[in-house]
Amino acid sequence: MKRMTALLFAALLSLVCACGGDSGSAGQTVSVNGSTSVERVILTLAERYMLDHPEIKIVYDPTGTGAGLEALQNGVCDIALASRSLAPQEEAAGLVPFVIALDGIAVLVNDCNPVESLTVEQLAGLYTGSLADWSEAGGRSGPVACIGRESGSGTRDGFESATGTEDACILAQELTATGAVLEAVRNNPQAIGYASLASVEGRGGIRILTIDGVACTEAAILNGTYALQRPFVFVTRGTLNDRAQAFFDWAASPQAAEYIRQAGAIPTAGQ
Amino acid sequence: MDKTLSPARKRRDLFLRILLTASGILVCVLLFFLTGCLLWRGLPYVSWAFLTREPSMLQGTAGLLPHIASTLYIILTTLLLVLPLGVGAAVYLTEYAQGNRFSVWVEFAAEILAGVPSILFGLAGMLFFVQLLGFGTGVLAGSLTLTILILPTIIRTTQESLKTVPRAYREGAMALGAGKWYAIRTVVLPSAADGILTGCILAVGRIVGESAALLFTAGFGTVLYGWWESLTNSSATLSVALYLYANERGDTDAAFAIAAILALLTLGLNLLAKLAGRKWKRSR
Amino acid sequence: MSDLREVVRRRRRAMERAMSLFFFLCGMAAVAFVLGISLYLIVSGLPAIGEIGLWNFLTDSVWSPKQERFGILPFLLTSVAGTAGAVLLGVPAGLLAALFLAKAAPPRLAAVIRTAVELLAGIPSIVYGLVGMIVLVPAIQRAFGLASGASLLAAIIVLSIMILPSVVSVAEMALAAVPREYEEASLALGATWMETLYFVTFPAARSGIAASVVLGAGRAIGEAMAIIMVSGNVPNLPGSLFAPVRFLTTAIASEMSYAAAGSLHQMALYSIGLVLFLFIMCINVLLHFFVKKEGKHG
Repeated sequence: MKRMTALLFAALLSLVCACGGDSGSAGQTVSVNGSTSVERVILTLAERYMLDHPEIKIVYDPTGTGAGLEALQNGVCDIALASRSLAPQEEAAGLVPFVIALDGIAVLVNDCNPVESLTVEQLAGLYTGSLADWSEAGGRSGPVACIGRESGSGTRDGFESATGTEDACILAQELTATGAVLEAVRNNPQAIGYASLASVEGRGGIRILTIDGVACTEAAILNGTYALQRPFVFVTRGTLNDRAQAFFDWAASPQAAEYIRQAGAIPTAGQ
Repeated sequence: MDKTLSPARKRRDLFLRILLTASGILVCVLLFFLTGCLLWRGLPYVSWAFLTREPSMLQGTAGLLPHIASTLYIILTTLLLVLPLGVGAAVYLTEYAQGNRFSVWVEFAAEILAGVPSILFGLAGMLFFVQLLGFGTGVLAGSLTLTILILPTIIRTTQESLKTVPRAYREGAMALGAGKWYAIRTVVLPSAADGILTGCILAVGRIVGESAALLFTAGFGTVLYGWWESLTNSSATLSVALYLYANERGDTDAAFAIAAILALLTLGLNLLAKLAGRKWKRSR
Repeated sequence: MSDLREVVRRRRRAMERAMSLFFFLCGMAAVAFVLGISLYLIVSGLPAIGEIGLWNFLTDSVWSPKQERFGILPFLLTSVAGTAGAVLLGVPAGLLAALFLAKAAPPRLAAVIRTAVELLAGIPSIVYGLVGMIVLVPAIQRAFGLASGASLLAAIIVLSIMILPSVVSVAEMALAAVPREYEEASLALGATWMETLYFVTFPAARSGIAASVVLGAGRAIGEAMAIIMVSGNVPNLPGSLFAPVRFLTTAIASEMSYAAAGSLHQMALYSIGLVLFLFIMCINVLLHFFVKKEGKHG
């Protein structure tokens, strides 16, 4: 029995060595890594694509924009997903961005909150703490709980640059993912939060505010009247292998647009 | 009770007794509250379909099959790695090294490993297995990380059961001319097998419940693989999937359903380990 | 014939030697893992500390990756405050429960409670986090009329429940080992059974109790997943029980995936790992010391 386990152990060790050789995108997989905000879009695209191409497996790792780009640079994934524009030094490092869709950053409050609309100034005031009570922003009186995302999040970048509140936000909770923000807003009548429109649609218990009188809709995001928006970016480095290139091309084509829309984002293909 | 006690002292005595009983009961209440809350919120969402399908974004349905599969893969791979290592180390400690310089080191090392928090295993595992060795996030990197994490458990339980194997067994085997290894293989290990089994059950419980060490080593993947593919492809175990559903997606219902399953699994495994341990003690 | 026997004997001796080498290597693997982890955490943790400056790193109260300010004082103090809070809350309850189990409970009830303790220890930490997030956090918000219930207090409550099982099981062992004669002497002097338990048995088991406290503190300081979901995760100094805070562990877990590759930010996170590791090592050494002492007593 002991000899058996020893043999198994040896076999496993050799297996370990074998796998070390060609890690990452081994076999018939396309590995995609990055922003959690893009999750719904990429999973919808991947599922649709895999229905037509059963031999291909598209693997998505929802790690975050930064980790996705790192994985790409280390060669452990084929395509990285970013929910912000690339920084100049990232492009200089050989990363090539392609904007696959636009996303509105929806501002959320709990269902019980009577506030319907805010201006960008009010929003900035709420998040920087100059408006500390809901009565100052047209709501019932009560302390405001601002819920934000951790630094490095594409959603946070987009929100803070559009509202001009970089590094000035005073947050009640700094959460690490879209879902946690939705959950926190849903459980707290005093809360205000922001999240990708793609992840918010059809959720109970929360309401999307209009900003400067403009509702967070596809048309308003495309023509730029809705201020809080950011791109969803496919990032590549060097030449893709055939499998990844085929998926990339399909995802960027008008055929894929309806699935991107179904996932709540606004496709750029065909615009 | 003594009738000569003053009323004040009697009152104090009663107070102390109530305090003591209450804190004993508190533990049970906590357990019942926790499991009750989990089962009440989670069980309504557990269905056969939920357990046996893959999640679908197109249809907007959640499914646990990939996570159940990766949990099994990780358990399998980790046990394959940790059993020879842990049992070997325990055999070394009890059969070969009785109290020499190395054995002190090994015991101290195991003690330290048992105290290191799992997030640090995750960090070190990510740096070493995922980045330096280039395994990528997947079952392999996750299992190697868990191997280190579980090792002290396996060493300790095996050592305990080896210690209960009577000296006479070993001496008998040696007296018949068997070498040390021969004696270990034919006499000592078989008599310690049930102790090792208990260790395995405990280890499986730990693996099923572990999340912090797996976040950056096994990853968040939600795709169903075969065992071989899963080794180097990101695969979320049930615990990580719970974090994924609760934190990334805000899907509380699915999260509670997974939590209920996890709670039932770990409760079951721990009870099993307890029973196995008791049986093994009785057979001695 | 004797040749054959010689061959068999030689082969067996080679096998013996190979296996003893194998077992030795298995034993050394544990040592190698500890050395490897320490080395790795030190090597990857030092560069950022070097760049930021140790003093700056430990005492700057601002953590803002965007502004390239990496001060971990908020995380350090939060971890200390959270652990202290969990110990203050969890240890008394745990010790009393242990005393009840060891000396006062009827055997059948004791068996039930002991099983409950073991099962409580087995529940995954992430499950505690989920229940904390959905049940405890809103409850705290309502109870204290706060803007948000995700706070240091929520984390402390979750942590104190999580350390309870380890405190109970270690303390129970120490209490059960107190010699019966001590208690009988106390009873003979006219003390009641309860007085004896509280004022004789407890002090007699103090080094084992100290071990249980240290063990609990180690658990609390290293916990990540349960508190990441309830603590609010904002890098504040822990000024109030009701403020959202971030721990050493949760700082690593929450930002690791967002830090850009090779950036100072990412390396600073490795450095947090190193600081946490040093904390844990201190606690381990302390624990080792107490356990040794206990061993000598018995």
